[in-house]
Amino acid sequence: MSVPTPTPGAMIVLDHVTQWFDAPAGRTMALHDVSLRIAPGEFVSLIGPSGSGKSTLLRIIGDLISPTGGQVQVNGKSPREARRARDYGIVFQSPVLYDWRTVRRNVELPLEVMGYPRKEWTPRAERMLDLVGLRQFRAHYPWQLSGGMQQRVAIARALAFSPPILLMDEPFGALDELTRERMNQELLGIWAQTRNTVVFVTHSIAEAVFLSSRVAVLTPRPGRIEEIVAIDLPYPRTATTRKDPRFFDLVTRVRSALREA
Amino acid sequence: MPRPLPSARPGAAGRLRRVIAPAVVFAAGLAGWEAVVRAAHIQFYLLPAPSEIARSLAENAAFLIGAAWYTAQEALAGFAIGCALGIGVAVVSVRWRSVAETLLPYAIAANSVPIIAFAPLAIVWFGVEQGSKIAIVAMMTFFPTMVGTVRGLLSPDRDALDLMRSYGATERQVFVKLRAPSALPFVLTAFKVSASLSMIGAVVGEFFGGFARSLGVYIVSQTALFHTREAWAAVVVACAYGIGFYLVIAGIERLLIPWHVTLRR
Repeated sequence: MSVPTPTPGAMIVLDHVTQWFDAPAGRTMALHDVSLRIAPGEFVSLIGPSGSGKSTLLRIIGDLISPTGGQVQVNGKSPREARRARDYGIVFQSPVLYDWRTVRRNVELPLEVMGYPRKEWTPRAERMLDLVGLRQFRAHYPWQLSGGMQQRVAIARALAFSPPILLMDEPFGALDELTRERMNQELLGIWAQTRNTVVFVTHSIAEAVFLSSRVAVLTPRPGRIEEIVAIDLPYPRTATTRKDPRFFDLVTRVRSALREA
Repeated sequence: MPRPLPSARPGAAGRLRRVIAPAVVFAAGLAGWEAVVRAAHIQFYLLPAPSEIARSLAENAAFLIGAAWYTAQEALAGFAIGCALGIGVAVVSVRWRSVAETLLPYAIAANSVPIIAFAPLAIVWFGVEQGSKIAIVAMMTFFPTMVGTVRGLLSPDRDALDLMRSYGATERQVFVKLRAPSALPFVLTAFKVSASLSMIGAVVGEFFGGFARSLGVYIVSQTALFHTREAWAAVVVACAYGIGFYLVIAGIERLLIPWHVTLRR
């Protein structure tokens, strides 16, 4: 895959990305001709029904899968170079915390792997735990925390090495509605401080609208981008944002785009 | 807030009951056995009464302790060799799948060989004394350890591996920081199985010949003389060693993996 010259003003560029998967039943097309560009500091959600390839798209950006066709550029590099340069932190639907490590040592994991000087591990980890409001739980084990708290640890871990990009694959999908809304609020608070470029996969319309600066709506398999909805609600967004009539209008727009998809 | 810590841990009364209930069942079983043997006038060489076995234990304590230690040395050495080989082969075959595919059929075949077939050969190859018993125990403990370790090393799911990949982790880092700690509970479970197997293997190995002052040889020779209660006493000692060995591993498990779901406090 050749890498085009860096595109100014774009952190992530997807150009005619296509993904086929080989299965015993035959080849299936997961993504069809997806093009999208994401500016630095943007918060973009990918929303679509199950099987629309939104997680696949996230994994392509993170170089966890290589696309069958098309071109991808991340922070002016190929996805592989971007991964090697530690350009992104990733958060999955399950927190993927190591049971044998305390909360603090879980957050230190990427620093250890990436060869940060040992004396930086704890200060960095504790700063991240401050950011997600879990400093007093640093000596706990993950299984002593609630699901929402575990996911906050996962976010702290993803941000520990200050990557410019944050990739999130349905991070709050396993949480109850109220916890999810609280986590959405907290994520925006964190984002206001870190200003990462965020790519966020979800199938909750309200979540996508509340968080994002833009929402990309994908069609069922093979996934295509049906529509990109700009969310022009001002930040910081709060509980009152959810009662704003414009919030409902945008939720309705995304919903009808999903229907047509 | 964090979840309350699991309250399933028994209080002092519950713990006491957990000790007392099995003890009562054990005592009742012995009493029933004693009663049946006496009431039915069962011949001593068919089934000795527990009191007879206890008397034999007391009379031959010094000999039995020495013989059991001799046998336990074989069990321990065989266990160490079998487990080390099992872990070694598991690590190599997880790293290089082709090795696993080449070796696994032979490992399964080796595990299917009955000790009865292997023991005489082992004596020919490794000598009639401790060497052959160590070989038998090593062969018996190798397979469960290897299978358990492979399963453990392959237990991290895709997300856990992708996480390490996203950090640009080397193969070695993935092994040290993810695969090995994930495998530890599986390895320790295999050790528990192997601990019990090792004492059995050593005793059975001795049935085919060995040092006179060893448990297996003693059991065989006493049985041949219809000294059934002496043989039973030796079996009791072998059991005690097997249980002790198992408990040591269980204790090590508590120290090494207190975070595991079955051991959390």
